[in-house]
Amino acid sequence: MEIRLRVLLLIAAALALGGCSMWPFHKKEHAEELPVEATSAEGNAPSVVEPQVTRRTVKTPKIKNSNFEIGPYIGTYSAEDFGVNPVLGARLVYHISEDFFAQTLIGRTTVGKTSYERLSGGAQLLTDSQRKLTYYSLDFGYNLLPGEVFVGNRRAFNSALYMTGGVGATHFAGDNRFTVAIGAGYRLLLNDWLAAHFDVRDSIFDIDLLGSNKTTHNLETGLGVTVFF
Amino acid sequence: MRTVLKLAILLILATAAGLAHSADQARQYDRDAGHYVEVVVADPYLELHTGAGTGYPVARVVPRGEKIEILFRRTDWFKIRDQNDREGWAYRDNMRETLLATGEKLPIEDLSHRDFDLWPWEVGAQTGNFGGGNVNSLYVGYSMNPNLAAELQVSQSLGHSANGEILLLGLAHSPRPDWRVAPLLELGTGVVRIQPKATIISPPQRTEQLAYYGAGVKWYLSRRFILRGDYRSYVIFTRSDTNEDRNEWKLGFAFFF
Repeated sequence: MEIRLRVLLLIAAALALGGCSMWPFHKKEHAEELPVEATSAEGNAPSVVEPQVTRRTVKTPKIKNSNFEIGPYIGTYSAEDFGVNPVLGARLVYHISEDFFAQTLIGRTTVGKTSYERLSGGAQLLTDSQRKLTYYSLDFGYNLLPGEVFVGNRRAFNSALYMTGGVGATHFAGDNRFTVAIGAGYRLLLNDWLAAHFDVRDSIFDIDLLGSNKTTHNLETGLGVTVFF
Repeated sequence: MRTVLKLAILLILATAAGLAHSADQARQYDRDAGHYVEVVVADPYLELHTGAGTGYPVARVVPRGEKIEILFRRTDWFKIRDQNDREGWAYRDNMRETLLATGEKLPIEDLSHRDFDLWPWEVGAQTGNFGGGNVNSLYVGYSMNPNLAAELQVSQSLGHSANGEILLLGLAHSPRPDWRVAPLLELGTGVVRIQPKATIISPPQRTEQLAYYGAGVKWYLSRRFILRGDYRSYVIFTRSDTNEDRNEWKLGFAFFF
């Protein structure tokens, strides 16, 4: 207890001291530089012409950034051994550059019964609450094939076929399971702020429910919309 | 299933609404014209691409002296509307050669070097190993100056014998932030909630304080985009006589904004 308190105090002190000493009190203001006074080379001798120029204050224009995407998706989630079930999720995307993006997904589904449970009659492997499957994923994406889609001869929509890879966790059968997910998707930009997505993902995690530990591949398809902001 | 069906219908309606909206776009913009930043093309011409990417073809050019409106920016591309209400995407480097009404060049935030005054925030996701189990973490950092950043981090550890959630607040000191591969020294504290997984005797879930020190590396891969690796040594202050030690390594990506 004693050591613990001492270490905590030490950390608090280190943080406080470090933080205070480094805090940018001196940080330069983005103020305009003062105009240099017109003085002659001799020093204090009055200049012939006093400049009567009033400095125009130039405001840096604020251009709206639109690098984030947010929106829901629905689809099917095939939990290995537990059948294919509807899934509902949401995604948040940040476009780092024209090629790369980062995304976070959260999804939820309720899995069905295994063949064993169906055939055996009454046997239940999971309770109802354990059948709820929730996952999150932190992905990194690459726009592999950007392009345009032509609808009729008057309209063109920008699109991209992208690939994602990431890690996350799946809460299923009473436990959190480390998950690696790879996926591919298609983004269709309907206008400047709205996009439609079609995704296919494979979430890979280990499950020890049926005795031994085994790696499962859980395929998911999703259709979604996102709003850019 | 019913709710899913309803949501599907909602989704389709939203998509349809979006399509309808895109047809109205030109008129919509007319209404709030004047709201956007106006610049004048100073280069012989400004190329407008059909999309926000180098691969998209140049569909039109705006000649020197013509006024254009900047609708918004996405990554390194600017959505532009010319005087004839035609729209396109112009690249950042070309936009540099446009002039504001005051005659000055359009100031464009450039991220080729990290400017800690302009872009103090950093967000990253990492994965690795915490005391033998997997760990995923998400962090937000705020640079107080080029050398020192405060970082808030949430982690989830997924081990064989226990799962845990960790919330940390710490400092990361970068002695040489100007290097492309910049070293880091880290120090911090937080709390951990440990949920043991044992199936036979289930020990109760416990919440403990912990502290860490560590070292890391930030590799500035490209503009605003970092590969980051960390190695940390944790001490968990338990309620029993002995404290627990954990080592952690993590690797992940981060970007600043």
